[in-house]
Amino acid sequence: MVNPDSPPDGGQVGGGWLPRRKGFGAERAFSTVTLLAGAMVLVIIVAITVFLIAKAIPALRANDANFITETEWFPNQSPPTFGIAALAWGTLVSSVIALVVAVPIALGIALYLSHYAYERIATAFGFLIDLLAAVPSVVFGLWGFTVFIEPVRTFSVWLNKYFGWLPFFGGDGPFGRSFMLGGLVLAIMVLPIITALSREVFMQTPTANEEAALSLGATRWEMIRTAVLPYGRPGVVAAVMLGLGRALGETIALALTLGFINEVTLNIIENGGNSIAANIANGFGEADDIGRGALIASGLVLFAITLVVNMAARAVIYRRRDFKESAA
Amino acid sequence: MTAPAQAPAGQNRALRGRRTPVLVLVGIAVVAFGVSAALCYGAGIGGWVLTIVIGLILYLVGVFVAVGRVEGRRAARNRVWGTLIQLAFVLALLPLVSVIWTLISKGTERFDLNFFTTSMNNIGARDPEGGAVHAIIGTLEQVGIAALITIPLGVLAAIYIVEYGRGRFTFTIRFFVDVMTGIPSIIAGLFVLSFWVLIVSPWYNNGQPAFSGFAAALALSVLMLPTIVRSTEEMLRLVPAPLREGSYALGVPKWKTILKVVVPTALPGIVTGIMLAIARAAGETAPVLLVAGGSAALNINPFNNNQTSLSLFVFQQASDASRFSPARAWTAALTLVALVLILTIAAKLVAGRNRIRR
Repeated sequence: MVNPDSPPDGGQVGGGWLPRRKGFGAERAFSTVTLLAGAMVLVIIVAITVFLIAKAIPALRANDANFITETEWFPNQSPPTFGIAALAWGTLVSSVIALVVAVPIALGIALYLSHYAYERIATAFGFLIDLLAAVPSVVFGLWGFTVFIEPVRTFSVWLNKYFGWLPFFGGDGPFGRSFMLGGLVLAIMVLPIITALSREVFMQTPTANEEAALSLGATRWEMIRTAVLPYGRPGVVAAVMLGLGRALGETIALALTLGFINEVTLNIIENGGNSIAANIANGFGEADDIGRGALIASGLVLFAITLVVNMAARAVIYRRRDFKESAA
Repeated sequence: MTAPAQAPAGQNRALRGRRTPVLVLVGIAVVAFGVSAALCYGAGIGGWVLTIVIGLILYLVGVFVAVGRVEGRRAARNRVWGTLIQLAFVLALLPLVSVIWTLISKGTERFDLNFFTTSMNNIGARDPEGGAVHAIIGTLEQVGIAALITIPLGVLAAIYIVEYGRGRFTFTIRFFVDVMTGIPSIIAGLFVLSFWVLIVSPWYNNGQPAFSGFAAALALSVLMLPTIVRSTEEMLRLVPAPLREGSYALGVPKWKTILKVVVPTALPGIVTGIMLAIARAAGETAPVLLVAGGSAALNINPFNNNQTSLSLFVFQQASDASRFSPARAWTAALTLVALVLILTIAAKLVAGRNRIRR
């Protein structure tokens, strides 16, 4: 077969045409283009950092209060006073609630799908859990503050009545649009992420380990505890961290379910609460120039936190992958 | 082991050990929920939810004690953990069922022709009409432009990582592609806001920052890029080496091998990844809110003036005070979920046609 594209000026060796080795040919052009596309990822990460810093600095200069310790957020008044303390606190509290609720349930589902359910059922229900991940966050937000708020409010009133002596459940209302609602909606949203990754690592447990445990007379739970969980621990840690990254950065669901009040409080059932991301979405509409800069500054903090969390999670996964490849 | 040697009929049972009769478990359940109901309603401390919770706890304690006496402690622990794991699964299905049920029951209320043919232009708080045609067009344009930007970029980047890249630099790119999948969407929005809307757009808009659908598309691209790179990379790695080697042996240059042999072989998988990325981007609200600004009227031009999207429409109708807006929000949410689900399921179907597998 004659290849019309191979040029005859490449030198005749061994009876066939060889492509030219040097020169600015199609090969060089193509590989350069792919290199540029690959480098684009790094460029974007650097550009995000640079532009956020550039736009945040003027607002931080104009700030009359300490950006780290101030709890109020009034960037539009003069002089502007705003600080990230209450927002960071709210981000932390809602994420912690989400993880405390979601992690045990997600691990239970992952174990059920990998070691309890029949294969067909596991495939079908695994798909259902994936669907949960595909639902846009604004839909969860809408569901949270129109439907889910009712049971949460009832639950909050009940908690307040019987456990009101605890700082978390104190106060005298109104209840509903609280950290509890936001945290629980977040829990539902991070659940599929944690489930998917942990299920994958649980399924990768070497069959030999599982069979060894069973042949020594272990019950199914003992097999899981001695063979599956230790093997999957790094993967589970990484999955939880990825879930944390998602919970920290979630915007719209929290913008719809939190009470939009800046406060550093332990109370999780009274109306109130705000988070960095929700504050950006809710405060953007009325922000002037300094206000935008202030929101961008808070976004920079969020970016730094999520970047660190995600890098740590990926580092865990990568280390594990190296280990697996060398063991194989 | 106490299995009697001369009793083959009883041997089997003896080896398997004694099992707790199902009737006992049912009995424990009945007693547990009975006590729980009496406690909750009798003492007036809660309703049916608390009844179920306390009942389950009592049931698990009862099962632990009963099975522990009949089969031993280890079997009891096994039983309790197994039940807990299955309960976790049922618990997770509850919100999914509730979301789907609400979407269908509330979303069909305004699922009519008017909703898909009108915008919110000149719709006041007292008007029950109004639709989302402007939002649907906005979503399609923004996601379409984002796909046009991201697909070539993402596929080429994946080709670099798999086919050309070597060493530390490529490892760094792969690592940051993974890290980038975790960047919150609001950060992508803030980035395009500070870069495109506040710095670039004043050049062509008489010094004023300009919101536009194109800016939203840029933000969505930042979110789609890592997903596409990652899935394409995985698919390219699955292409068997003999295919490449056969092509090289025929004297075909590397770039042509990649474009004519490697990419076509992996194409179904690549398309799946792209569709999943598009589905995810279509549901993003925060970036569109920050850089497209939202609008009540139809704006076909994505390069100038405010645009909205379906997800932003849901958000703004949800925050609206009009008593007709919840119905609009739910119908738009139903439309959005339908769009995303169709894309997701189609992606899975395309993946099913894939000839190469893991």
